[in-house]
Amino acid sequence: MNLLEIEQLRKGFRAPTGEQTLIVDIPAFTMTPGQHVALRGASGSGKTTFLNLIAGILKPDQGQIRLEGRDIAALSESQRDSIRANSFGYVFQTFNLLQGYTALENVTLGMMFGKGSDRAYAEQLLHKVGLADRMHYRPRQLSVGQQQRVAVARALANHPKLVLADEPTGNLDPVHAREALRLIREICAESGAALLLVSHDEGVLEQFDSCTDFLGLNRAFTGGAGG
Amino acid sequence: MRGILLIVRRSLRQHLFSTTITVLSIALASGLTMSVFSIQSQSREAFTGGDLGFDAVVGARGSQLQLVLNTVFHLETSPGNIPWTLYTELRDKYPGVELAIPYATGDNYMGNRIVGSTPEIFTKFEYKKGRKYAILEGGRPFDEGYAEAVIGSVVSEQTGLKLGDTFNPFHGIYFDPNARHPEEYTVVGIMDTTNTPSDRVIWIPIEGIFRMTGHVLRGTGEQFTADAVAAIPDAHKEVSAVMLKLKSPQVGWQLDQMINKQGKVATLAHPIGTVMLDLFNKVGWVNRILELVAYLVVFVSAAAITASIYNTINERKREFAILRALGARRRTVFSAIVVESACIAALGSLCGFVCYGAILLVAAQVVRQQTGVVLNATTLHPSLYLTPLGMVLLGALSGVIPAIRAYSTDVAENLAPHS
Ligand SMILES: Nc1ncnc2c1ncn2[C@@H]1O[C@H](COP(=O)(O)OP(=O)(O)O)[C@@H](O)[C@H]1O
Ligand SMILES: [Mg+2]
Repeated sequence: MNLLEIEQLRKGFRAPTGEQTLIVDIPAFTMTPGQHVALRGASGSGKTTFLNLIAGILKPDQGQIRLEGRDIAALSESQRDSIRANSFGYVFQTFNLLQGYTALENVTLGMMFGKGSDRAYAEQLLHKVGLADRMHYRPRQLSVGQQQRVAVARALANHPKLVLADEPTGNLDPVHAREALRLIREICAESGAALLLVSHDEGVLEQFDSCTDFLGLNRAFTGGAGG
Repeated sequence: MRGILLIVRRSLRQHLFSTTITVLSIALASGLTMSVFSIQSQSREAFTGGDLGFDAVVGARGSQLQLVLNTVFHLETSPGNIPWTLYTELRDKYPGVELAIPYATGDNYMGNRIVGSTPEIFTKFEYKKGRKYAILEGGRPFDEGYAEAVIGSVVSEQTGLKLGDTFNPFHGIYFDPNARHPEEYTVVGIMDTTNTPSDRVIWIPIEGIFRMTGHVLRGTGEQFTADAVAAIPDAHKEVSAVMLKLKSPQVGWQLDQMINKQGKVATLAHPIGTVMLDLFNKVGWVNRILELVAYLVVFVSAAAITASIYNTINERKREFAILRALGARRRTVFSAIVVESACIAALGSLCGFVCYGAILLVAAQVVRQQTGVVLNATTLHPSLYLTPLGMVLLGALSGVIPAIRAYSTDVAENLAPHS
């Protein structure tokens, strides 16, 4: 069975000028459990919007997003929140760490809204990303590379089925970018989580065996959108 | 819930400065409220309720309130005098009068009232059921024939007078250094603290007041000055008041008929508690204003919570968006803000007890100096738990408006970095 099945997904926004513009129009997209998928797309091509739809942060205008057969798009907001808390991990380009909290607290907060906090597992994850001696540091006291590693540990804290990575290396130099990506893939593989990564960085994308063009997937910007 | 508590703790720490200021303002508000209600109820209890030891006072024709204030609480000036014969009559001719004690005032020492009376004040009078005035180790009641004094505990504290010390009374109720009487009195006893107005009194034999240089007696209507050696005829003697302990309230109503309704020389104040209650009801508006001020401060401090948290919401929108992206629900974010403001109120209320203690300490000091009545900070009054409880509820309520803003934070919009 597929982990994720997307059908006829559409999302538009009202532009400041007042007209409705279609940003995401994806007829079909699937992922199997544990699969790693990389999507290549230029800035502004709707990648973030797409991931936010999958994560249940945005509600689609049309279509279905089925996670293990259950249509997320049809659920209420709090039900989507709960699915996000239990089944998704999210890694952002800007890391989005919580500034007032230590590395360890950031990771435990990644589980608190789902199955509950498990300090031992949080410590284990930080160990795995090489921050065993930085657990009680705050984000500002960490380097950018270290911050992204906290973010990776946090994304995996709730034992997600799917990790969404939105240009996770965009703020890192090539060496750290390569390192961070390797870590994300390794840790996802270890825990059996599927990975959906979007990026416009060729250096990142070439590390995947195969890589799909987001513009080919999303008809909103190719003029292929019917009507 | 653990998530909410962590969020609240971090936020309180991150906004330590505004948290502290708001906590302090809550502390002040809750301390003030508790003080107003506690002091109010305690002073009311002290002045109107409870056992005063006396049931009625007879004094010069005039206001019952002035009579009670003057004799029972040793405040204000005496409204005038009544003939000594009225005292002896009350003492001897009315079986319903259990105890009659004469009071003569008019002198002070360093502002502490000197009251002339009989030794019965120490031997027979009970200021509370079963409690007589006790004289500290080494002392004794005054001897009626001598210039001796027994001083209250507040007097001893304030003047530093010790056993065996001598002092000269000053004429008048208020201290005037030029009005010194030549008579010299010896302290023969210091009273144990009673926590009543009597702690502010210097007791001397009533004869001493009669014979004080410059005192004129008008018991017969004509002026009479006591001769140093000769006995004073009873007809010339006069007293400020007679304190009465009655066998039953009915006796009081009978005396009321006789003295107030039919008589013209004197006034009977009875029952004392009712007279004082009248006073409290008359000055009730002062209490209402104090309560109003307390409520106003409470309201302002609650508004301070709202404002201080509301101001942090903008800078915290990204935090809320991240928490939501991690799976927090809207209502979790909402609750975190409400719990945070309730926590501020709870912390404030806790500090409010310190504030309350401090206010009561000062108030008790002043009230004790002025009236001898002792206020106790640990006396349990419902406001001591109702105020913190109400404060926490109000605090939670103050968080609602900021919480609504947090609740409505758009996740997708605030996840991206903003300038
Ligand atoms: N809330 C919104 N309102 C209006 N337009 C939006 C909104 N969110 C995104 N967009 C538009 O959708 C387009 C795609 O945005 P995004 O999904 O962030 O692209 P990408 O992540 O590929 O750079 C952009 O042109 C952006 O202006
Ligand atoms: Mg993007």
